Parts: sequence; C-alpha cells; structure tokens
Amino acid sequence: MAVAAVASARGYDPHLIGLEDVSHDGPASKRIIAGYGFWIFILSDMVMFSCFFAAFAVLSGQTAGGPTGAELFNLRNVAIETAFLLCSSFACGMASIAAEVRYQLWFQVAMVVTCLLGIGFLIIEFHEFADLIARGAGPSRSAFLSSFFALVGCHGAHVSAGILWLLTMMAQVFAKGFRADILRRFLCFALFWHALDIIWVAIFSVVYLLGSAA
Amino acid sequence: MSDSHGLPQQADLAPGDEEVVSVNVRVLGYLVGLGLAVLLTATSFFVAGTNLVWQPSIPVAIIVLAIAQIGVHLVFFLHITTGPDNANNVLALAFGLLIVFLVIGGSLWIMANLNDNMMPMDQLMHMQR
Repeated sequence: MAVAAVASARGYDPHLIGLEDVSHDGPASKRIIAGYGFWIFILSDMVMFSCFFAAFAVLSGQTAGGPTGAELFNLRNVAIETAFLLCSSFACGMASIAAEVRYQLWFQVAMVVTCLLGIGFLIIEFHEFADLIARGAGPSRSAFLSSFFALVGCHGAHVSAGILWLLTMMAQVFAKGFRADILRRFLCFALFWHALDIIWVAIFSVVYLLGSAA
Repeated sequence: MSDSHGLPQQADLAPGDEEVVSVNVRVLGYLVGLGLAVLLTATSFFVAGTNLVWQPSIPVAIIVLAIAQIGVHLVFFLHITTGPDNANNVLALAFGLLIVFLVIGGSLWIMANLNDNMMPMDQLMHMQR
C-alpha cells in the first residue's frame, strides 16, 4: 500500500527509483542455507546416479550368454521392496510434521517405523543379491549384471547410510531436543530419505519392470 | 526478483519446508502423495505384466508413469513447488535434470550409434586371424 502511494505521489515510477524506504531482507536464514546446500548435494547425487543409469541402459542387453533380467528378477519381491520404501518415506514425512510441532513421542515412533521399513527393504535386497550370486549370476557374470549390481547396490548403500543417519537423528533429538541445529540436520535427513525413494522409483521402473518386459 | 523490489517480500522456503499450515492439512498432503504414488506404482506393475495393452507401448507407459510418480514425490514429499518462494529450489532442480538427461540421453545416443556402425562381431573375429 505504502509503495503504491509513494509511486503515485511521484508520478509514473515503474522501477520504484524514487522510493526511499527500500528495505533489504538481509541474508537468508540458516535453515534455508543449510537446506539449499543439501538440496544441491542431492541433485549432484542424482547426477551421479544418472551415470549408473546410463551405464545400465547401455549394457542391459550385454548378457554374454548369461541370464537376462526377465529370467532373474522376482517382481513380487520388487513390489514388496517398493511398498516398504514408499511407506518409509511417508513415515519420514510424519516425523517431519512431528518435529515441526515438537512432539517427541510421535517423532520417535514415526522414525522407528521409517527405520524398520528401511531395514526390511535392505533385508529383501540382500537376500535377492545373495540368491543371484548363489545362482551364478553375480556381478562378474556379464556386463549387464555388473551394471545391475553397481546401480542397485549403490542405492542400497545409500539406504544403509540413511539408516545410520536416521538412528543418529533419533538419538540427537532424544538427547538434545528440538534445537534449531538439530532440526536443520533433520530437514536434510528428510530430503535425503525422500530423494532415495525417488531414485528407487527410477530403479524399479527402468531396471526391474523394463528388464522383465524386454 | 526485480518485479518485487522494495515491496514486502515473501521469505524464501528451504527445500523440504512447507508453507505454514495446520498439522491436519500437512498430514492430508502426505496422504494424498502416498495415495497417488501407490496408484502410479500399482499401474506400473500392472502394465508391466499384462497382455491387455498393446505390447510396444508398455516401455513408454512405464517410463511415463515413473516420471509422473517422481513428480508426485517431488511435490508432496519434498515440497518442491512452483511457488515464488521456491524459485531457487526449482531452478537448481531444473539444472540437475538437464545434466541427468544429457548424461543418460547422450550415452544412449552415442552407444547406439557406435553399435550401429560397428562391424558385426563374427566379421571382426575373422579379420583378426
């Protein structure tokens, strides 16, 4: 309102040059800086994953006479893994809300659910890998399987690191409460966990569903 | 930014943060995201194993469903929206996507081209003798 009044008092002034009380917001809050920096990290992580995806896409037909994806993949397991990770992402969202309203019990419960679903995902994935290797379809069998283990294993390693981070966040919130710095770390963790789910969407579509269809 | 010079500005949002709304609305947002994601995932798995649709369309359908689901996750879980307070986050995402598509698309293009131009393997073996 004040701006419009000043502008009209001085006549046409589209760039507000005559405005005297130009106020600047100052530097962004630490929460925005930390979150934005971590967002850049996640995007660079996705760029790294895109290299693994590119390698897999190029090599997916190079089975060297070995088994193809259609012969190896068990889509029922993949569906369960997907459900686990999706519900885990949802539980992480509930933990975000609990953190924002500073509700310790709800936060810890949501984080335990997030953690258990993530561990369930890892157990299924580990069984799948062990089963493939036992059937002679390990990463050294063909270029297709090398790129498969590299891509899916890299995602699994990220999930494992995420679970360690998750447990750290539970302990920190329990011991130190919802301090601003702890909440910033949790914001970054939530971004990380949701981003892993996005990578998994790409993996189950490109690797498993397209691999089984072809 | 220049269009809002001197005007009371809306503060930016950190990626992952939402506008201030009540807890119920926020839980509802995650529930909507979960519902859409489940729907898209189920469709994806159904399409992959069905004979009801034209077979050559299946890979395209799976890719489209995956992109849609990634969009759902970005909006409902990561809260990356197109609001004015989210411009920096979206721009960073756009740049990331550019690199991702260059890497994947470029690799596929180059390798397919090389494959097409390469001599069939049996002839290559014959020459090496």
